[in-house]
Amino acid sequence: MSLPLIIFYFFGILSAAAAIYIALTKNIIYVAFSLILCFIGLAGVFVFLGAEFIAVTQILVYVGGILVLLIFGVMLTNRLKGEKLVSQSRQKLLGFLVSGMLFYVLLQGILAANFSALEWMSAESGSQTGLKTLGMNLMTEYVLAFELIGLLLLIALIGAVYIAGNKRKEDKHAA
Amino acid sequence: MYAFLFFLNFVLIYTVFAVYAERKISAFIQDRYGPMETGYYGLLQTVADLLKLIQKEDIVPLRADKKLFKPAPLIIFTSVFAGFSVLPLTSGFGGSETDLGIFFLLAIVSLDIFGMLLAGWGSNSKYALFGAMRSISQIISYEIPLGLMVVCVVMISQTLSLQEIVYQQGVWWTSIQPDAVNYLFGVKSLGVDVTDIGGLLTWNIIRVPLLIPAFLIFYIASLAEANRAPFDIPEAESELVAGFQVEYSGFRWAMIMLSEYGLMLLVSFLMAILFLGGWNTPLPNIGGVELAKWTSGEPGTIAGHLWGAFWMISKALLLVASQMWVRWTFPRLRLDQLMNLSWKYLTPASILLVLLSALYRMLMI
Repeated sequence: MSLPLIIFYFFGILSAAAAIYIALTKNIIYVAFSLILCFIGLAGVFVFLGAEFIAVTQILVYVGGILVLLIFGVMLTNRLKGEKLVSQSRQKLLGFLVSGMLFYVLLQGILAANFSALEWMSAESGSQTGLKTLGMNLMTEYVLAFELIGLLLLIALIGAVYIAGNKRKEDKHAA
Repeated sequence: MYAFLFFLNFVLIYTVFAVYAERKISAFIQDRYGPMETGYYGLLQTVADLLKLIQKEDIVPLRADKKLFKPAPLIIFTSVFAGFSVLPLTSGFGGSETDLGIFFLLAIVSLDIFGMLLAGWGSNSKYALFGAMRSISQIISYEIPLGLMVVCVVMISQTLSLQEIVYQQGVWWTSIQPDAVNYLFGVKSLGVDVTDIGGLLTWNIIRVPLLIPAFLIFYIASLAEANRAPFDIPEAESELVAGFQVEYSGFRWAMIMLSEYGLMLLVSFLMAILFLGGWNTPLPNIGGVELAKWTSGEPGTIAGHLWGAFWMISKALLLVASQMWVRWTFPRLRLDQLMNLSWKYLTPASILLVLLSALYRMLMI
């Protein structure tokens, strides 16, 4: 086995192990941290699949942004009150069944599909980062979706600020 | 691989002398002597400190979460050091020359927040937790102006690759792109071709004078990113003892310090690359007096490597020295002032600058 292949499997196993740990542990903070490991592993897998841009975006958005905010929220709310953070697990059998079935469907799909026959799977397209093509497509062909997403995020941001700001006013009123 | 070995050793040696320089500079500013006893002028003071730190017992607080507490310094250092992997040190020597360069760097360095969170949470101490929370809110806030300033440079340079950004700022641009032309102040209608004059005139801050405020904002934001004074509220000694690293001792603490100084060096390299010409010489060619060509060898040759490394490292170290100067001359910002500065002044200014640099780019083509 060549070195890149070993590293590829290492990242794959890292993600899978982290995901399993998320399902098994009850400590919320461990869940958040293993979610980070899971995403980093996925980013590594993306790199080896020739999608460097998506890998870096994955780290920047999920790990550097969303997950840090998530942990930050947990830290702000609970540790300062001195409570222990544990989650409960309910409906174990049902959960296992549903996820098992989903896994089966996905596995059948992957095994049935002939990926290597697909046109975009050639080694040539995987060797470049394709940054220019990506940017050009985003700003021309998919510009409407791109702008809409931006607008949606702006609305969400304003909404968040409104909710947070409103609460503070009430506090002042109560005091 | 060579870049890895070089940068690892360079960061280690640099840190030893940066700590010494920090103590000497602070002593000079406060009219003291600083370390004087160990070696000539106290030169070996940090080496002695390091020897002490390595010998110290590795203390882990009894109630600390050991699984989180122990790896935290390693994660902080790894993520900072990973940033060096895409830096071009000279025209031919450096880490990965991926197209994504600066984008990758920003993403991977943002992982050090994750190490601080582990440290703050795992320590099971109020001071550490408050320190971590302050650190992270500060870093997240200042990452926005920092990232937007990088966007400005990328829009001007039209590339994410750090090596290409550097090439554009000197006389050797034509060696990788034969039809490339640099105009004075980047304005094509002025019609003054400075491609072969090079030097200071083609550095990004002169090539596009709009980037001077961008450089200032980047500098301020990078101070905050590295938790340096005047933005050192996360480790405000008088309030929080030492912030998120308060429970660490011995080698783990040394590692946290190493990553702090490593981050200073990294952002200084980045500033040099993005705004100050990277490995290009500051001296321009003046007619027959070809200062630029004399003080920078052809890319790929040994002279090119040596001159490149010399200019790059001197620029970075000068910027590090200025960071120390700032630290010992300005008072610390209060938490609300800190947030105000980022959200109410720097972020709107950055957004405006991004818009303006898009317009400036129109003048350049």
